[in-house]
Amino acid sequence: MEHSSLAGRIFRGVALTLILIFFMFPIVWIFLMSFQTNEQILRIPPRILFEPTLANYEALISGQLRTAAGNLQISFMRNLFNSVVLSSAAVVLALLLGVPAAYAFARFKFRLGESIAFTLLSFRFAPPLLVLLPLSLYYQELGLNDTYFGIVWVYQLIALPLILWIVRGYFEDISPDIEHAYRLAGHSWREAFTRIAVPLAGPGIAAAGLLSFIFCWNNFVFALILASADKQPVTVGALAFVTASGIQYGQIAAAIVLSVTPTLLLALYAQRYLVEGLSLGAVKG
Amino acid sequence: MDMLELRGIDKVYRSRGKPPVHAVRALDMAVEKGEIVALLGSSGCGKTSTLRMIAGFEDVSAGSIALGGRRIHELPPARRKVAMAFEGYSLYPPLTVRENIAFALKSAQLSRSEVTRRVDEIARLVEIEDILDKYPRAISGGQQQRVSLARALVRDADLYLLDEPMGQLEPQLRAVLRGRIKSLLAERRMTAIFVTHDQTEASALADRIAVMEGGVLQQFASEKELKGRPANLFVASFIGEPPMNLLDAAVTPSNGGFHLSVGTDMVFDISGAGLDGAAAKALAGTPQVRIGIRPQKIAVGAGDVKVKVISNQWLGDQSHVAGDCGGRMLIAVTPGRVAARPGDIVPFALEPRHLHIFDGDGTCIRHAEMS
Repeated sequence: MEHSSLAGRIFRGVALTLILIFFMFPIVWIFLMSFQTNEQILRIPPRILFEPTLANYEALISGQLRTAAGNLQISFMRNLFNSVVLSSAAVVLALLLGVPAAYAFARFKFRLGESIAFTLLSFRFAPPLLVLLPLSLYYQELGLNDTYFGIVWVYQLIALPLILWIVRGYFEDISPDIEHAYRLAGHSWREAFTRIAVPLAGPGIAAAGLLSFIFCWNNFVFALILASADKQPVTVGALAFVTASGIQYGQIAAAIVLSVTPTLLLALYAQRYLVEGLSLGAVKG
Repeated sequence: MDMLELRGIDKVYRSRGKPPVHAVRALDMAVEKGEIVALLGSSGCGKTSTLRMIAGFEDVSAGSIALGGRRIHELPPARRKVAMAFEGYSLYPPLTVRENIAFALKSAQLSRSEVTRRVDEIARLVEIEDILDKYPRAISGGQQQRVSLARALVRDADLYLLDEPMGQLEPQLRAVLRGRIKSLLAERRMTAIFVTHDQTEASALADRIAVMEGGVLQQFASEKELKGRPANLFVASFIGEPPMNLLDAAVTPSNGGFHLSVGTDMVFDISGAGLDGAAAKALAGTPQVRIGIRPQKIAVGAGDVKVKVISNQWLGDQSHVAGDCGGRMLIAVTPGRVAARPGDIVPFALEPRHLHIFDGDGTCIRHAEMS
């Protein structure tokens, strides 16, 4: 970028700052809110400067929500734990099922192959609420209602198509001859899949896994309908902050900060790895 | 004994909604141990499909493949004892060049020093010693191709399959490598099949050349045989540079022999020693034939065929003279310079003994005299 003039650089700096402020403002504001009491938050006009308090975080971590109407039990930490368990398990299961399936769709042409792949993608088109009613009836019959497994299973509607279609593209970009060369050297195709195809598609698999983790983490309706309090993730748990004595903005903000942190850290960590991995790619076919 | 035997190989690609593609038809071919064979043909002629069926990446639709007495067409690629260099190189991106080559030796369970020795040896042969520690993405296409070649040749296999092994190399290096690879293959009695569309490469490297077109093996013979005794019109026109002159001729019997007349400009008398029983019978049964003559066999400056010169090129060691004779183009190649300008009338000499004669469906009726 040495050709750019001073004016150009200044302009770019200003533009970047404006865009950054525009996109980051809600997050920053929520971060600030999480250190304020409800009174401070609802003050008009709002102020940037305030006396920070850790009361919101204390309440969340201890599970005791003190409101004007009395003490309230909340299970935020439990919800956070549920979110981690449900999302990770859903992604792991989706990877176990989706990566081999993506490989099959990329490498082999078989009867109804495209139709099956498209059907899997169409899970993403259906409005979740439409699926939920019959699903909850079935779940009750099967005894899957309010179980971790049941929710992980229904999360496959979110994670599996995503992983399948992203990873399939990555597999298609790898020349099959690289695997052929490996197989000629005396290895089975299973080994060619695990030792050549999967590592080469690694960045794609990581990206797909990360994206589906975020989508699972942010899901609301599935768990709302299919799980009761002790299995619910943070997204549903946040409803508890709408109390009889008003909405607990401070705690909501703190809850958001806590629940965003794991995915944010994961994304930041994986982003570095993804960029590195993607530049490693560019396999000549 | 034959090392590789292909018998009645058919390959049909079927995909839904499209007519099936018959890529290889009834292919019979036997390759001896230590022989180097070229599969030569234009793109889409079935040569790469044939190679991939031998390697095991494509199923045969019909027929059988035997290698060293083993029926391999039902075995997975890993158990066929075949090494292959791919047209697209197909190196393992996360491994260095040295690891890529050594990797091919992994299943042979050699000591580390033996692996190093063999990798170094083959690297010297294809001139990649200086890039052994680089990664595939950091080297040029030509270098990747040589690595791919080294990775195939370093192995101990019953058969070496090379798909366009030198397509990306500079002409000079190509000539050097051809020589070295040929002597390596010969010295170790390695059996190899390579695919190419380059005649020069095929004749320089191969003992025998299999010419393919439209999925059908046209002729499988030495280069000399292909040039001197082409089995059909396709081989005649495909092999040789510049291509054979081909003309339509009418057949008329004349006292024990035949006259082949090309329009009113040329008449050839085919009789006596130049006509055996089978050829005579075939000529008697057909009023119209195609005749062919190699440009190298046309003498310029004498003779009774008068042509109007279209172009005259001196290539440094030979002249290519193209001339028009009653609307037909004839190309002659002579070793010396020819003093003729476009538009000049020059005599060409075409001798009957140099004519290849083909019948209506392209099969050769009579070969030219071998010189």
